[in-house]
Amino acid sequence: MLKILKYSFKDLIRSRWSYVYFLFYLLLGFVLLFLNNDLSKAVITLMNIIVVLVPLIATIFGIMYYYNSREFIELLLAQPLKRSSIFLGLYLGVAGSLTLSLVLGLGLPFALYGLFKSGDILNFSLLIVIGAFLTFIFNGLAFNIGIANENRIKGFGYAVLLWLFLAVIYDGLFLLALIVFEEYPLDTFSLAATVFNPIDLSRILILLELDISALLGYTGAIFKAFFGTRIGIISATIMLLIWTLVPLWSFIRRANKKDF
Amino acid sequence: MIQIEKIYKRFGRNEVLKGVDLNIPEGGIYAVLGPNGSGKTTLIKCVLGLMIPDQGDIKVADKPISKQWKYREEINYLPQIANFPGNIRVRELIHMINDLRKKAGDESYLVSLFKLEPFLEKKLANLSGGTKQKVNLVLAFMFDSPVIVLDEPTSGLDPASLIALKKLIQKEKEAGKTFLITTHIMQFVEEVADQIIYLLEGKIYYTGTLSGLLEKTGQKDLEHAIAAITSEKRHA
Amino acid sequence: MIQISKHSIYFLIVALLMILPQCQAGIIEVCDRCEVKTIKQGIAQAEDQDTLLIKKGVYKEFNILIDKPISLIGDDFPIVDGQEKGEIFRIVSDNVRIQGLAIVNVGVSYTTDYAAIRVVRSSNFQIEENRFENLFFGIFLEKSSKGIVKGNRIMGIARDEYNSGNGVHLWYSNNILVTDNQIEGVRDGIYLEFSDTIRIRGNESRKNLRYGLHFMFSNNNQYTDNLFENNGAGVAVMFSRQIRMTGNRFRKNWGPASYGMLLKEINDAEIIDNLFEENTVGINIEGSNRITYQGNRFVSNGWAVKVLGACYTNRFLGNDFLYNSFDLSYNSNINDNLFEGNYWSNYSGYDLDMDGIGDVPHRPVKLFSYIVNRTPETLILLRSLFMDLIDFSERVSPVFTPDNLVDAKPKMRVVQ
Repeated sequence: MLKILKYSFKDLIRSRWSYVYFLFYLLLGFVLLFLNNDLSKAVITLMNIIVVLVPLIATIFGIMYYYNSREFIELLLAQPLKRSSIFLGLYLGVAGSLTLSLVLGLGLPFALYGLFKSGDILNFSLLIVIGAFLTFIFNGLAFNIGIANENRIKGFGYAVLLWLFLAVIYDGLFLLALIVFEEYPLDTFSLAATVFNPIDLSRILILLELDISALLGYTGAIFKAFFGTRIGIISATIMLLIWTLVPLWSFIRRANKKDF
Repeated sequence: MIQIEKIYKRFGRNEVLKGVDLNIPEGGIYAVLGPNGSGKTTLIKCVLGLMIPDQGDIKVADKPISKQWKYREEINYLPQIANFPGNIRVRELIHMINDLRKKAGDESYLVSLFKLEPFLEKKLANLSGGTKQKVNLVLAFMFDSPVIVLDEPTSGLDPASLIALKKLIQKEKEAGKTFLITTHIMQFVEEVADQIIYLLEGKIYYTGTLSGLLEKTGQKDLEHAIAAITSEKRHA
Repeated sequence: MIQISKHSIYFLIVALLMILPQCQAGIIEVCDRCEVKTIKQGIAQAEDQDTLLIKKGVYKEFNILIDKPISLIGDDFPIVDGQEKGEIFRIVSDNVRIQGLAIVNVGVSYTTDYAAIRVVRSSNFQIEENRFENLFFGIFLEKSSKGIVKGNRIMGIARDEYNSGNGVHLWYSNNILVTDNQIEGVRDGIYLEFSDTIRIRGNESRKNLRYGLHFMFSNNNQYTDNLFENNGAGVAVMFSRQIRMTGNRFRKNWGPASYGMLLKEINDAEIIDNLFEENTVGINIEGSNRITYQGNRFVSNGWAVKVLGACYTNRFLGNDFLYNSFDLSYNSNINDNLFEGNYWSNYSGYDLDMDGIGDVPHRPVKLFSYIVNRTPETLILLRSLFMDLIDFSERVSPVFTPDNLVDAKPKMRVVQ
């Protein structure tokens, strides 16, 4: 598996797209800092980008890479290699290189602006960790779509739809449900609805870390009670891990059964 | 060397293999023939573990292959369509396969045989179909394995390379290797094959020597024999 | 000229010092080994205008009545220990001064508002530089006037509202200056009820259970340059007229029912150059009219300004709204207030003519804030892309938010 990881990683490092994403994040970091001129404000703006763009990029890049590596996969499958290690290697290669682009691309400008000397290092690390989680999660989801759809156009469409659903439509339905059932106690529902969408889960986690003042004011109580404690943070991390592992497991399972 | 027992495989509604039984002893060249869509490639891919049969067992060197991967160390495979990752160079590709198989391959002889030296530093995406097929052949023959599976080995090859390929096959056969070859070029089959396996509509129609097939169909060459089988089946 | 006037001041002081002894002002020392061993004894012996000089030590006394115009001066903060038995000082005479005492252990009662110092129907008092610890009420001014409460340190450890009192409590009192005090850990830091023409300046009121400052039915008051931080519910200003609030800082008042400042039924007030930072709600406005908000900074609040109910002819001029989750929230769709020349950090317009004023009017009310007002649970969707999208569409063509609720001249740069 490590060899596959090495080759897929090498392949990605060589590909233009890794650089495009790296430069994109780099530019983003600098522009944010230039516009805000304040580390902590830039960290807050960064949150919107992390929870919206990182999943989009991970999904699109994941599905693109999966389809582009069909040949590579077929070549590898004929070799005396274990199937699951081939696919695990590929997955880790993509998710790893994207995470690397994210960490370096955003880390560099923030480090130059004196991140390590500021108190924002914790908040920033949280953002990056959540960004990494989202990259792995959405790569996994994209690979699932890829392996289930031979038709690239269809697969691509589903991938974009998945992102659109989790990033936008889900929240719309969530809002609708909250308004329609406003008479009822909605705390448990809200908590569940948040946990079942990795984007919402990440958003709430970051919100509670960054600007809790507004959330605390109202209904934040239960969220604070849940996520604010160590148990909450641990369970949120476990949820993110589940969100990472379940798509990966399903992908490997499909891959082991698929005909090439 | 290879035992295939009651293999079934369907893709959706399309039943491609309907209970194939086949026993291939060690040594010799076996040509898998049949009309388009008869399941030749599917059968080969099942042997390689690229496709997983719905039913049935396959053994290679007396060991069942289901959910196994180590047995592929005994097999060299030439895929039908030479699909390679586009952005790596020929030399890197050869090196990578060498690295992945953890077995020293001997590619230099093959590279000079197919005159690939000028292409070693080119990216695979920039190669012509024929050249890609030659690279494909290098990868298939560079390891010393007892079983060699070739799926349409002649496609896109120029006459000189074709002659080189035939020589190569003969040489390996003499070394005691077992070949499983599919092809549409009947002349090629007539020249190299010892045994013929004829697949028709997902079943084995005939196994045996070429002369036996000619005798059975009453035709004077393989091409006509096959055409006869196909039309006979259609009329029936 | 300056020289002369300085001289004349010195002359006056010297003259006063010479006159004072002629008023027969004596000094009575109180200490362990002195002739006078208790404060009560000292007061009993004192003549009008006398000074009780209380030496360092512990005086276990309570219910001390000061019924003549005298001064109690502590030397290096002698401890007056009420042993939690009740009230400690009660001033019922004009012209009393209490300075430099450490007053501790006031009794707690559910029926009587025991205070460390209670001033009753008196004027011209000075309560300066005392320290208060373990108290119920700190300084309780009842129907008194023309006094000064200055430089005191009041440190309570209040835990529950029902058995805690206020730091400085003013009831039917007027013309009083409350300045440079430090108040922590009581129920309300400074409390005013039916008290007019009070000046509250430079105080620091922190970590109080309920309000940093709380006033009701008190008109013509000013409060200036105070700091209100980390109070349970912030500062409440209710049912009053002609209030002037300038240069105060309201910080970190967080919690489900918490705000920097609550205005309820306040009319004709001026709120100028204040800072509201990191509060759940910066200013919560209910039924308040004709108020000028100018030059205030609202930084990183949940809501900077939350307007509830009918509020008419208020003006918001030249304020800075920086990085608040919501700058402004309305619960009605009628607007009679003016917003002009403010800086909004989330203004997305441009300034082509380079006059420092955005060419496109700014709509400070987000649709989302309406939804949150209706269904508070929806706050969970804060900063979600979906909300940003519907906010954007509402901004482009307003349907739910008041059509005229715009800042027509948004500033391109921070005002302060």
